[in-house]
Amino acid sequence: MSDLSSKYVLQTVGFDARFPNQNQTRNCFQNYTDYFKCISAKGEDYAPCKQFKKAYNSLCPNEWISKFDEQRENGTFPASLEP
Amino acid sequence: MTNFFLIFNNIFNDAPQPWQLGFQDSATPGFTGLVTLHNTIGFYLVVISFSVFWVLFSLVYYYSSKKNPIAHKYLTHGTVLELIWTITPALILIAIAFPSFRLLYLMDEVISPTLTIKVVGHQWYWSYEYSDFITDSGDSIDFDSYMIPESDLELGQFRLLDVDNKLIIPVDCHIRLIVTGSDVLHSFAVPSLGLKLDAVPGRLNQVSFLAERSGTFYGQCSEICGVWHGFMPIVVEAVSSPDFLVWIDSASS
Ligand SMILES: [Cu+2]
Repeated sequence: MSDLSSKYVLQTVGFDARFPNQNQTRNCFQNYTDYFKCISAKGEDYAPCKQFKKAYNSLCPNEWISKFDEQRENGTFPASLEP
Repeated sequence: MTNFFLIFNNIFNDAPQPWQLGFQDSATPGFTGLVTLHNTIGFYLVVISFSVFWVLFSLVYYYSSKKNPIAHKYLTHGTVLELIWTITPALILIAIAFPSFRLLYLMDEVISPTLTIKVVGHQWYWSYEYSDFITDSGDSIDFDSYMIPESDLELGQFRLLDVDNKLIIPVDCHIRLIVTGSDVLHSFAVPSLGLKLDAVPGRLNQVSFLAERSGTFYGQCSEICGVWHGFMPIVVEAVSSPDFLVWIDSASS
């Protein structure tokens, strides 16, 4: 039992004052963009960037994430990912 | 309150019953609030209806031409009376609006959630994603939830309500749902949990709830979404958090 609770931590992205409304669409998109901005500035191993990744994984539907990934590869992602 | 009833070993009503008129039993503070608001307003509705109909029938009865042959043709205006019957309803509406808005904004609040679950409506099934426990390889726990067809029902299962894969949640945890649609509008609704949220393609709607007791809660898609709209039910099973971790472990492997 104790090994399970250390393996799976019940923890998720907290409240974000930039997105206080029911509509969380932008919250997902912002965290996705911030993650790729973060790693292009600091590199993929930079630990603080992981927070953005956790956030967008928790908030964005998997279908959206794969669509965003595709758009990034094709260079059609609708936001700048330069730091 | 919930514990008080548990002493008597009550069975909670978490699914609709034939010819049911009232609400299902509440499992969240939000739905308890909704039912209380409904009952409070319902009480004043009865009081107001009685007084209005009392006045109405009294006028018809006592001022009929037989009982009251004199026509008061110059009695056409009464400022005081008109002020009373304009201001009183306005005050009543304000008295209803305040607790209603209070509840609305309380339920809108997302209080430090412990778990985020993504709910996606499809034509015609729901799919759930638990991505808080994502592994380094990027696998998240996600599955589809289809209605069990009538021919496959086992004894005790609900026709048009039971599903193959239930949405499992831990009790006494603030849970954030992110609801969206993948094709057309759907609506994620579970009466016992006080949930009803539109699933809109291209938009993420957020709602928070806390299950106060374990149980299996039933709901249905509540936005007409095509021919099988009535065949994409929702089943939420609330379990203790240790049991939830055991389930997460079995689901992720
Ligand atoms: Cu639907």
